[in-house]
Amino acid sequence: MTMFGYRLPMMTSLILWAVLWELVGHTEAGFILPPLSKIVMRMGEILPTPSFAEALLITGRSFLTGVGIAVLAGVPIGILMGRSIIADRLLLPWVNLFLSAPLSALVPVIMVLFGLGEATIILTVTLFAIWIIVLNARVGVRSISPSLVEMAQSFGASRWQAFSKVYVWAALPEILAGVRLGVIRAVKGVVIGQLLVSVVGFGTLFEIYSSHFLMEHFWALLLVLFAFAFALNEGMAWLERKVQYYAASRA
Amino acid sequence: MIASLANVAPHPGTAAQGSAIVSVRNIKKTYPGGVEALSGITLDFPEGQLTTLLGPSGCGKTTLLKIIAGLLPATSGEVLVGGRTVTGPGPERSFVFQDFALMPWASVLRNVAFGLELRGVRKSEREAIAVGHIAKVGLKGFEYKYPHELSGGMRQRVGLARALAVDSAVIMMDEPFSAVDEQTRRKFQEDLLGLIANEKKTFLFVTHSIEEAVYVSDRIVLLSRRPSRVSTIIEPKLDRSGDPEGIRRDPAYLDAVEGIWQSLKKYLD
Repeated sequence: MTMFGYRLPMMTSLILWAVLWELVGHTEAGFILPPLSKIVMRMGEILPTPSFAEALLITGRSFLTGVGIAVLAGVPIGILMGRSIIADRLLLPWVNLFLSAPLSALVPVIMVLFGLGEATIILTVTLFAIWIIVLNARVGVRSISPSLVEMAQSFGASRWQAFSKVYVWAALPEILAGVRLGVIRAVKGVVIGQLLVSVVGFGTLFEIYSSHFLMEHFWALLLVLFAFAFALNEGMAWLERKVQYYAASRA
Repeated sequence: MIASLANVAPHPGTAAQGSAIVSVRNIKKTYPGGVEALSGITLDFPEGQLTTLLGPSGCGKTTLLKIIAGLLPATSGEVLVGGRTVTGPGPERSFVFQDFALMPWASVLRNVAFGLELRGVRKSEREAIAVGHIAKVGLKGFEYKYPHELSGGMRQRVGLARALAVDSAVIMMDEPFSAVDEQTRRKFQEDLLGLIANEKKTFLFVTHSIEEAVYVSDRIVLLSRRPSRVSTIIEPKLDRSGDPEGIRRDPAYLDAVEGIWQSLKKYLD
């Protein structure tokens, strides 16, 4: 990017905001928003602690399990909906309902059913991620060119062969886009789930930090989570670009 | 051999000589919504010949071909292939698609071998067969390319090789050259004649190009405008033994093109 004829280095805006944050941190607002430099130092302090490692492990485990369930269940359901009118009629209203529903409100219900443990977190993650994955897989399958479907038929593909050798691959660009969006929602799911349950993983840490008004710890943890979410998103976007060449050539 | 078969044909418009490998009996097709595409088509496709369905656009040629392929159900009537009634696709028929229908994520080799892959043929075996057919359609050296790296004409050669690889008795081609540019099409048509002569298979061809139909066909079935019936059957008796370019200057070729144009003209307004 250039401005007034000067080439600005990458992340200029990020640096600008960081400086602004630092300045605000040194004013009276510092008690709620401590200076960035102190937060970063605190981060270095928190990261090696066993409680952080344990929280990270639990969070990562429930996140991956939840996303795994969402993908393994969501993609086949979406493909089924894209291929079968009956399944589509039956499921589409529900998928759309859950996609737009305020799912955080359902977490207490899950908590009652599955207790205050990892199962609840996993289920929350799945609940957040699965609907967009289903919907994208459905759209991907519906946009497969009819002649590719006929090709599979005419060469005698069984239902399973058509699904595993043609439909999944033909819909892969849309499926991956859905998984990326699902992963982003899953990050929300895992954080919201832990905050509401508040005795598991980062939820415990957040609970401790905010109740003891440890704002530097609190912000440090938040920044770590933001960085994780951002890195996940970029990783998925990279994966998507890898398959884009054939998405473009498909038209 | 095919040219000589055409030469011994008794009269244009009579029933097929020799045995009919594909028989269409009183096929009717009405689309949901009441559009009548085909109204009682009865036809025989003689074994070892290339029969073309030709007609004004929207006359239901592709519909008929897809019914024979088992990809589309007929409203009434029946299709017999090798004496047996068709209820769906079968290994004795293979299809070449207008828009190629290649899998963009698979190499040329895998695309060509796909029919065999679905039948559970071992990988080394099916790839050996595919390599042979890739060479036959003139794509030697392109085995590990992907469809998006090929031109339209080359993609359709892949589609043809895939249909040949399953070694079916009947090969159906739905306007295979319509998405290919003119120069490529001519070359492809010439190569097709060579392939047909060597393969000794029955070809069913759909096109809206009169020149193309006359150039490649043993028999041409003219369909009337929707709802379609068989209007005329023409058997251009061309000598295909010599130079493929020479055919386009053959008076028989030019007469056949003119004759078909005269009978199709009345369907245009």
